[in-house]
Amino acid sequence: MAEQEKPNETVDIGVSSEYKYGFHDDVKPVFKSRKGLDTEVINEMCDVKEEPDWMRQYRLKAYEIFKQKPDLKWGGDLSDLDYDDIYYYVKASDRVERSWDDVPDDIKKTFDRLGIPEAERKFLAGVGAQYDSEVVYHNIEEELEKIGVIFVDTDTAIREYPDLVKEYFGTVIPSADNKLAALNSAVWSGGSFIYVPPGVKVDYPLQAYFRINSENMGQFERTLIIADEGAEVHYVEGCTAPTFSSESLHSAVVEIICKKGSRVRYTTIQNWANNVYNLVTKRATAYEDAHMEWIDGNLGSKLTMKYPSIYMMEPGAHGEILSIAFATKGQHQDAGGKVIHCAPNTSSRITSKSISKDGGRSSYRGELKVLNGAKGCKSNVECDALILDEDSRSDTYPVIQIDADDVNVGHEARVSKIGEEQLFYLMSRGLSEEEASTMIVNGFIEPLVKELPMEYAVEMNRLIQLQMEGSVG
Amino acid sequence: MSTELVIKDLHVSVEDQPIIKGLNLNVKQGEIHALMGPNGSGKSTLANALMGNPFYTIDSGEITIGGVDLLELEPDERAKLGLFLAFQYPTAIPGVTMANFLRMAVSAVRSEDSNGSETTELIPMREFRRELRAKMRQLGVDESFARRYLNDGFSGGEKKRAEVLQLAMLEPKIAILDETDSGLDIDAVRIVGESVNQLIGPNLGVLIITHYPRLLNYIRPQFIHILLDGKVVESGGWELAELLEDKGYDPIREAHGLTETVVEDEPEEALPSLRA
Repeated sequence: MAEQEKPNETVDIGVSSEYKYGFHDDVKPVFKSRKGLDTEVINEMCDVKEEPDWMRQYRLKAYEIFKQKPDLKWGGDLSDLDYDDIYYYVKASDRVERSWDDVPDDIKKTFDRLGIPEAERKFLAGVGAQYDSEVVYHNIEEELEKIGVIFVDTDTAIREYPDLVKEYFGTVIPSADNKLAALNSAVWSGGSFIYVPPGVKVDYPLQAYFRINSENMGQFERTLIIADEGAEVHYVEGCTAPTFSSESLHSAVVEIICKKGSRVRYTTIQNWANNVYNLVTKRATAYEDAHMEWIDGNLGSKLTMKYPSIYMMEPGAHGEILSIAFATKGQHQDAGGKVIHCAPNTSSRITSKSISKDGGRSSYRGELKVLNGAKGCKSNVECDALILDEDSRSDTYPVIQIDADDVNVGHEARVSKIGEEQLFYLMSRGLSEEEASTMIVNGFIEPLVKELPMEYAVEMNRLIQLQMEGSVG
Repeated sequence: MSTELVIKDLHVSVEDQPIIKGLNLNVKQGEIHALMGPNGSGKSTLANALMGNPFYTIDSGEITIGGVDLLELEPDERAKLGLFLAFQYPTAIPGVTMANFLRMAVSAVRSEDSNGSETTELIPMREFRRELRAKMRQLGVDESFARRYLNDGFSGGEKKRAEVLQLAMLEPKIAILDETDSGLDIDAVRIVGESVNQLIGPNLGVLIITHYPRLLNYIRPQFIHILLDGKVVESGGWELAELLEDKGYDPIREAHGLTETVVEDEPEEALPSLRA
């Protein structure tokens, strides 16, 4: 297939600033599949990865499902997305590194610019940083290993913990769930695998950085987290992507199993370049008295479609979804959350905040279901949208379906504009218009930012500031 | 040298409706002025126009501070020149703590380079905290104030005290207090009045804009001006406040051939005694 030539575009984050992480280091991949997808590409990938046969069969079956599934007809506009114009597998390094010193210099340089080593020095327990499709750097503190916590990239997990992976892989999100889940199941690479044994509490966040670097490379990481009975863990994922001249696809699948009495928090901050399609399926199951939280911050990308969901499987389960979306010029953030109450006396809360600016569009898409017999459930959905100018847009698409009695459900949606009065007030205290708007926006998302680990809160505020730069005048 | 706010033949309109019609007033650093007027006389319009609220249109006239023309300047540039407005109805900014906001504001007004596009360099956290704590202690404001979201869920009295705290931190040359006593009970008026009194000195000029003389029990102005129908019709000393106290605005209205106009929607309050 011929390489498609397109002129370089400057990714537009605000008017004057260039995309902060839009650098592109010259890393020579060790292996790169050809563009497009067929069984040969998948087989080749399995060979390079030296995967067991069951995974090869799983992939091939998922590929058949992918081919049969119709294109998504809802959410954002996917008409420009060409599945044949994408590299499905790129391997930047043929080894998984454990120590920072062993990581190749050019890759290290990219990570340095993203601030990963500093992050590690501060409080990281283990860092799994995904560079292209393969995890090249993964450092787990000895302490974690001692208490039996497994935190590895998913490819390693296939090799080292095959039984555990086989038991849970694809049980929360089967290949046939949707077209993109099928695609991910066929071509997935990298991602994190976490297993926390019964009663073990990990009191620091486990973190991974994901990053797309090869042009036209789809990134299809696969994350699987299992919190056994009474276990506790907080996983943090942050993404930045460099700028490219043609579309990139990021389509991850994240599966989480929260067993009886466990607590899991999954925090994501994504800041993709403006040409990335970010189409992610995230789902958790929560069993008796388990507590599951998704915290999801979406910045950048051309189109994001992401609705973290929680299935309340047994009584006493509790789920929370906090989502922030920031859409600027040329961007559509279609985000929200889904909660399905399958068992009685379960509770949930969805809080969504979106900001639209410079013609950006953000949509809240949510689903709240209470199944027949799930008595005594409580759920509250709250969406706030902030629109910064006349060109921008915000929509809300909530679906609520209640098939049980004695249920307490609340839904609130608000849309506001930055008030002239608020601007005048802050400006009268010496803040420039840009500083004043930034402060109002930061205040708007504060209820969510305060839930983030310190370092991410700082980064989030910095990203917002960057998005706001040049927004006035 | 003391800085002076000079207002010359100012005409201001709101949605093509002339409100201020040729107003003259000078306030020097170190002086306390009270501008008194009934509802609809243009008090709040003047306060907003001085600070540069874009909702108000200046049709003609001059406003300068220390000789610098304010008319083309944005509100933040006016603040950097030392002008401050204590709002009648301070706006809530949810999610922004008083401390973060004040640190930004103080850093902005103190920055040497008042180039609007530059990002403000924040003053060091320790220095700021020390100063904020000292000012809160001086004004008798509870330290928990710093952690609360700006004006969000504040009572009327708390909002006004927050305005005075901002005044104390920003150290302007000229402060306009727009109906700072409105909506407060008598105890709250006393507390706010005493707080402002703490800040008065040779470096601060104050223009108190008020309907009722009760705040003047606590902050005694040297100069009193009467605003009627968009103009200062009388200027004088304390005797003017006493005249208002005894007879209200009617005799002054009659003397200037004006009829009563009621425009603004404000709660009617009993006129508290000046000598209380």
